[in-house]
Amino acid sequence: MGAWPSLSNVIFALIFGAGVGYFTFNMRRLVALIKKGRPVGPVAHKKERWRNVLYIALGQSKLVKRPVSGLMHVLVYLGFVIINIEVLEIVIDGLFGTHRIFQFIGPAYGVLIGLFEVLAVLVFFAVVIFWLRRNALKLKRFWSPEMSGWPKKDANLILYFEMVLMGLFLMMNASDLSFQQLNQGNWISGSIYSMIQDWPQAQLHLIERICWWTHIVGILGFLNYLYFSKHLHILLAFPNVYYGRVTPAGQFENLDSVTEQVKLMMDPAADPYAAQPEGTVPEKFGASDVTDLTQVQLLNAMTCTECGRCTSECPANQTGKLLSPRKIMMDTRDRLMALPKEGESKQLLDDYISRDELWACTTCNACVEACPVSIDPVSIIMAMRQYLVMEQSAAPSELNVTMSNIENNAAPWPFNQQDRGNWINE
Amino acid sequence: MEKALNVPTMAECQAQGKLPEVLFWVGCAGSFDDRAKKITKAFAKLLQASGVSFAVLGAEEGCTGDPAKRSGNEFLFQMQAMMNIEVLNGYGVGQIVTTCPHCFNTLKNEYPGLGGSYQVMHHTQFLKNLMDSGRLKVSGGSFRGKKITYHDPCYLGRANGEYEAPRALLSALESELIEMKRCKTRGLCCGAGGAQMFKEPEKGNKDINIERSEEAIETGASFVATGCPFCNTMMTDGVTAKGAESKVAVMDVAELIAKAADL
Repeated sequence: MGAWPSLSNVIFALIFGAGVGYFTFNMRRLVALIKKGRPVGPVAHKKERWRNVLYIALGQSKLVKRPVSGLMHVLVYLGFVIINIEVLEIVIDGLFGTHRIFQFIGPAYGVLIGLFEVLAVLVFFAVVIFWLRRNALKLKRFWSPEMSGWPKKDANLILYFEMVLMGLFLMMNASDLSFQQLNQGNWISGSIYSMIQDWPQAQLHLIERICWWTHIVGILGFLNYLYFSKHLHILLAFPNVYYGRVTPAGQFENLDSVTEQVKLMMDPAADPYAAQPEGTVPEKFGASDVTDLTQVQLLNAMTCTECGRCTSECPANQTGKLLSPRKIMMDTRDRLMALPKEGESKQLLDDYISRDELWACTTCNACVEACPVSIDPVSIIMAMRQYLVMEQSAAPSELNVTMSNIENNAAPWPFNQQDRGNWINE
Repeated sequence: MEKALNVPTMAECQAQGKLPEVLFWVGCAGSFDDRAKKITKAFAKLLQASGVSFAVLGAEEGCTGDPAKRSGNEFLFQMQAMMNIEVLNGYGVGQIVTTCPHCFNTLKNEYPGLGGSYQVMHHTQFLKNLMDSGRLKVSGGSFRGKKITYHDPCYLGRANGEYEAPRALLSALESELIEMKRCKTRGLCCGAGGAQMFKEPEKGNKDINIERSEEAIETGASFVATGCPFCNTMMTDGVTAKGAESKVAVMDVAELIAKAADL
């Protein structure tokens, strides 16, 4: 080992700093975007929320409800998290010019690396199966209209990234002469090494260095790719599950702004001609754009990884309607990401989500139930219906009839309220 | 005309200085829809047979506001809610049972925030309690050994997590309960929720109730049991559209139990 810092240590520090720095910059942008939503105030049921994080996010309890994709996902997730312990060693080695610094822990090091290698192979094959499911088997949920173009490319890019990273990790170990000669933990890479062991030492060393560098640069690249990708869910799933619904799925939020007005209307002592206090801005009812949604709804949108389990369970989608809960989430995210550029020249309603989609929802909550990370598309649909009805009076005409019946005779049909008890004597 | 039921209203009870054990919230469908009225009557008979003291609001009951809220009209929903809460609180109502999962969900989950907190039960939950405590005897009668499939109403199942009470009642009928492929948490909606009941469906290639009815018919069951007047309408229409009405009858859980007991 030469003097520290060597040129390669400096280059490593620069690349590493740039990778972490740009990632941090984008995460701040992400937080700023989510904060464009309405604040939600303090959250209750903290204990239950942490329980959800433990079971639903960490334990992936809802993912494994579909056993094939679920178990493979658990494998890729565990593999990826555990193998990334290795990144810590790579960073220390890179910065300080050491080589496999963790070897000082003794035989346990071999077991650890051996385990990483087995996981790397399993992850590699799981990812290949994922690719086949998406591209060869053409599972319906991966071929909806909203999955053409970038979303499809994005999904495949992630899979290629993971395949390459796992391959580089194994190749890096296989071409590491001192590691192979130690013969501890080269459970998988040992057999690759046996094929290349006759190659000149210098060549092996070169391959090892190339793999080592590409591997760490690839990881930093992948980290920075997240912000531009649906793959952001590997980070946001945790806060999203924490902020997810803990009340019954059927309980829709009561709008406080409406409660105030209704109480005023029903209060015989209230002065109907009283002027609004100076400076009060009448609150907008419902949502026509992302800034009308709550921060939790925007976090939902940024978390969505487009798996499409919601859409595949949606009764409206299954019967050929335009509505796709996944598209609702993707549209919300796309509009939010485009907000700084588009400004108010566009909005979520009509420019992204059509009214036909909104009115096709039966509020059955199948999408909410299906989501492995507690995303709630129904709440966004409801907020947009509220805008259409309360701000624009733009409900489908049959619903206007229904609503005026409720208003006039307290039933959705035109029957007299006085006749409600007639069934008793019929 | 069958023998009139002797069901008192809350106003009558109050005039006699009596407070019934439970308020039966009938709902709009249960009050006005001819098919749903049969469910209302079957349930009332079961309550009477179990010796439950109950009353209805009659003309003082109004739509809970569920279809208005799900249409996006929060104003109308809260108006309805506050008027109903005033009536319910005025009578000091503590316990409510209803044969409609939409009323059940709204009363149970959305009224407390507006000042109306009650112990609200769906009629299948209430009947199961009566059965468990021995007040209601459920036996097979003409349904013994018959194949029954149960359609989960969204607002009872996914919305409120109740999957077992209706199934426990159906098992007590000594029937053969066959599940559809999509059941319980993954149950397919009948197509009526979210105020869809009151409008034409959006453009698609199939109606949701047809999709669901096909699944129910495929099980080979002679009865499709439901726990919701709107599911009942949707499934009945679907079964009829498939020309299967002579083989498959759509009935509420309460109707099945009442019929088995010859009420």
